[in-house]
Amino acid sequence: MTLLSMLVSACMQGMIYAPMALGVYIAFGILNTPDLTIDGSLVFGMTVCAYVTIAGHPVLALFAGMAAGAAAGLVTGLLQTKLKINAILSGILTMTGLYTINYMVLGGQSNRYLQSGTTASNTVFKMFSRTVNDIFGENAVGDINLLPLILSATVTAAAIAILAVFFKTRLGLQIRATGDNEDMVRSSSINADFTRILGIMTANALVALSGALLCQQQKYADLNCGMGMLVVGLASVIIGQVLFGKRGITVGLISAVAGSLFYRIVLQVAYKIDMPSFTVKLLSAIIVVAALSMPVIKNKVTELNGRRARASSGNEGSGGNEQ
Amino acid sequence: MSSRLELTGISKTFQKGTLNEKVALDNITFTANPGDFVTVLGSNGAGKSTLFNAVLGIFLTDKGRILLDGEDITFKKQHKRAGGIGCLFQNPLRGTAPNMTIEENLALAYHRHSSYSFFAVNRRDADYFKEVLSTLGMGLENRLKTKMGVLSGGQRQAASLLMATVARPKLLLLDEHTASLDPATAEKVLAITKQIVEREKITTLMITHDMSYALNAGNRTIAMDGGRIVFDISGERREAMTPDDLIKAFRENSVNSLDDRTVLTKKPL
Ligand SMILES: Nc1ncnc2c1ncn2[C@@H]1O[C@H](COP(=O)(O)OP(=O)(O)OP(=O)(O)O)[C@@H](O)[C@H]1O
Ligand SMILES: [Mg+2]
Repeated sequence: MTLLSMLVSACMQGMIYAPMALGVYIAFGILNTPDLTIDGSLVFGMTVCAYVTIAGHPVLALFAGMAAGAAAGLVTGLLQTKLKINAILSGILTMTGLYTINYMVLGGQSNRYLQSGTTASNTVFKMFSRTVNDIFGENAVGDINLLPLILSATVTAAAIAILAVFFKTRLGLQIRATGDNEDMVRSSSINADFTRILGIMTANALVALSGALLCQQQKYADLNCGMGMLVVGLASVIIGQVLFGKRGITVGLISAVAGSLFYRIVLQVAYKIDMPSFTVKLLSAIIVVAALSMPVIKNKVTELNGRRARASSGNEGSGGNEQ
Repeated sequence: MSSRLELTGISKTFQKGTLNEKVALDNITFTANPGDFVTVLGSNGAGKSTLFNAVLGIFLTDKGRILLDGEDITFKKQHKRAGGIGCLFQNPLRGTAPNMTIEENLALAYHRHSSYSFFAVNRRDADYFKEVLSTLGMGLENRLKTKMGVLSGGQRQAASLLMATVARPKLLLLDEHTASLDPATAEKVLAITKQIVEREKITTLMITHDMSYALNAGNRTIAMDGGRIVFDISGERREAMTPDDLIKAFRENSVNSLDDRTVLTKKPL
């Protein structure tokens, strides 16, 4: 693989996982809720997408995947608000339950290729490259196939645009306020249960969209794809925050996507220097820890510098007194 | 638009049937007339906040009826009542969303009255927000895009007060809303409170531990003790009262007064 094709492949992965980063940003950043449904809803998006894709509706499959994610979010949201189960536990419960559901959606197996009989199913990626070929001719695509990247980037851009607008509408503002100061929202005329559930549904629908895109891109669905995805999403969001700083909602959305790209590029480099693929999870965890500890480390450093500076000036001062 | 708040026989016992059973509200019957500005006194644990929470619908009462503007809200959900009730608490952090701008915060509070627009924040409402913010005299009208979180406690409390009143509620409940502010800022927030309540003619209940505030603000004063209203004064009798008279009246009427003297006279008069 050339350097350029590696970069393109990393960016495509980054873009496929970008909606998930957006979902994690909404759950953790905007709603301020640790939502552990994510590992499960990614796979739910994937399995439902596989089902509908095999049935011959690749575009519908993406929306069906999102709807599945939203349904998973609905369950978590109801557990949190109506049954008052702790947020983390609610997510874990839904995620655990989803394992069975996903197994069933795949027809009682833990992975499935996108084919009906012996013919490979149509996917949005295939449709897109066929359309491009029809318009620009067979040779339009050069050595490096940019089309999957372009397609997933388009989907992500659309998601960002819609979300950026949504979070400026009244309902969007109410969801943000619920994450920002739930006490305030509860004593206002806003139904905080509703806004919270809607926020969690949106987050998980986006995560599931990543699962659906991934399913069509790799042409199979696998129950194990979800493992550790929350950490990957968090890593993306945090990296994005380090790159862009903590600013408004729109910047936050864009930086989550940038974080997802950056993360995949780092991984690609790790592969390049022959790190075996099973080290990925550890690497992801380390990235998250490193990024999360950044503020503490920064504080320590300034504190240390300050102490050193004061220590040296203090010595001069006491020296002056003695004279 | 001022409204009547009618409480009839409201009772609330916490942790009923346990060792910690606590009668917080004991058969309270009380009517705030349209336009009344009632100051509420009482020692710690008298049930003042509990009374407010009952009206707000944070919990359902055990007995009695709550009527606002003639409408029975006894069993209405909290967020369904909130459209008609503005509230403000001691903690200035409670009433505003820190990571949202002043403008967005006000837009949230104003959402049922706002001009028609796709986005929550729009030019026409912003002009109105600027106008009301300028009445605070804190220069906030030029900082619509500032995040609420960077404001001082007093500024945030004043902004919360605007948020609580900008949607023209039927009833305003103020639970020691100046208690965590420094004396000068507290005076200022109280002055703003009086001004807004007078201008909008909102029926208001204000809990305070400060005798002079209790007399200087509003047209009526009630005192609570052990979950009951122990006195209710207004008119000429109230006009003639000094803070010391008020303390005396409170002591004569309540069981729990003596050990609460420190609280009641927290501020030297
Ligand atoms: N949720 C609750 N559960 C159990 N007991 C409660 C609850 N809320 C209030 N109480 C009890 O009810 C009594 C009245 O409390 P409340 O907060 O109304 O007092 P208050 O008059 O507002 O006092 P303060 O001046 O200290 O604010 C107290 O004894 C309190 O411990
Ligand atoms: Mg209280």
